[in-house]
Amino acid sequence: MDKNTNILIVDDYKTMLRIIRNLLKQLDFNNVDEASDGSEALTKLRAGNFGLVISDWNMVPMTGLDLLKEVRADARLKNLPFIMITAESKTENVVAAKQAGVSNYIVKPFNAETLKEKIEKVMVHA
Amino acid sequence: MPDAPDAVEQAVRQVLTSINGDLTPTETMLLGELEALAQEIQRAKREISALSIGDISDSHIPVATDELDAVLAHTAEATNEILDCCEKLENTAPELPEGPAAVVNDAVTRIYEACSFQDITGQRIGKVVTALKAIEARLMRVTDRFGSVSSAPAEPQAPDTRTQGQQLANGPQLPGNASSQAEIDSLLASFD
Repeated sequence: MDKNTNILIVDDYKTMLRIIRNLLKQLDFNNVDEASDGSEALTKLRAGNFGLVISDWNMVPMTGLDLLKEVRADARLKNLPFIMITAESKTENVVAAKQAGVSNYIVKPFNAETLKEKIEKVMVHA
Repeated sequence: MPDAPDAVEQAVRQVLTSINGDLTPTETMLLGELEALAQEIQRAKREISALSIGDISDSHIPVATDELDAVLAHTAEATNEILDCCEKLENTAPELPEGPAAVVNDAVTRIYEACSFQDITGQRIGKVVTALKAIEARLMRVTDRFGSVSSAPAEPQAPDTRTQGQQLANGPQLPGNASSQAEIDSLLASFD
């Protein structure tokens, strides 16, 4: 797992961005950028060179699911590992995310070990 | 203009007598039932108007939503204070001997994990605010309808133009309804 991977974290709660950034720092991932919704994330993803997206679902105007669909529809980004971290834990949400091509799914509240495990899993398959 | 129960009774009586002349016992009973129904509607209207719905929408609901917004702001502020302290501890940990440093780092990680409560509570409070606003809108519709003699049909529901992501954005589930990480892992694995 390349610790120099550029990671984009997407959440409309600044506190949550800060928590995820700090947890990633503890896992030795220091190249972390942030976006506060799907639209901003998409702009950054198209302009940058990221190796992983960690996104919330419930954001306006563009949700995490809509961002995921845009990413999978983009020729350059379609294989980008994408982890959804969300409080949306209904089966229909997980199924919709999977059908849209999510790489893994973490339900909030989560712990650092789960985050580490899911990142390792998606980066191996990247 | 006659009051509603009188108007109903009068209208029904006119229809029935125009058909058969004098009322039969069944028709009289039907007329009585309709009159009672009309009186029940009048009583409901009086009770609704006595509810002071204006107070609810003008004062109670805005105050409640403001209070909830304040709860959100205070918990966000407190969480950020906690995170500030954690970051200081984390930056100090390398200066400590290995054993204590590991203890500090582990404790800091657990505090980070626990701080994610702020996101969850924020989303839950957001759902309550949305529910309050929906109640307010419904109450206004009820008062508008009862306050009007118009029999215009209900407005057709606008088509749902939200994306699938927006439609499924329901926020955290109550503990009994929420799926665990293990259940989600199992569901995802079922696709492989």
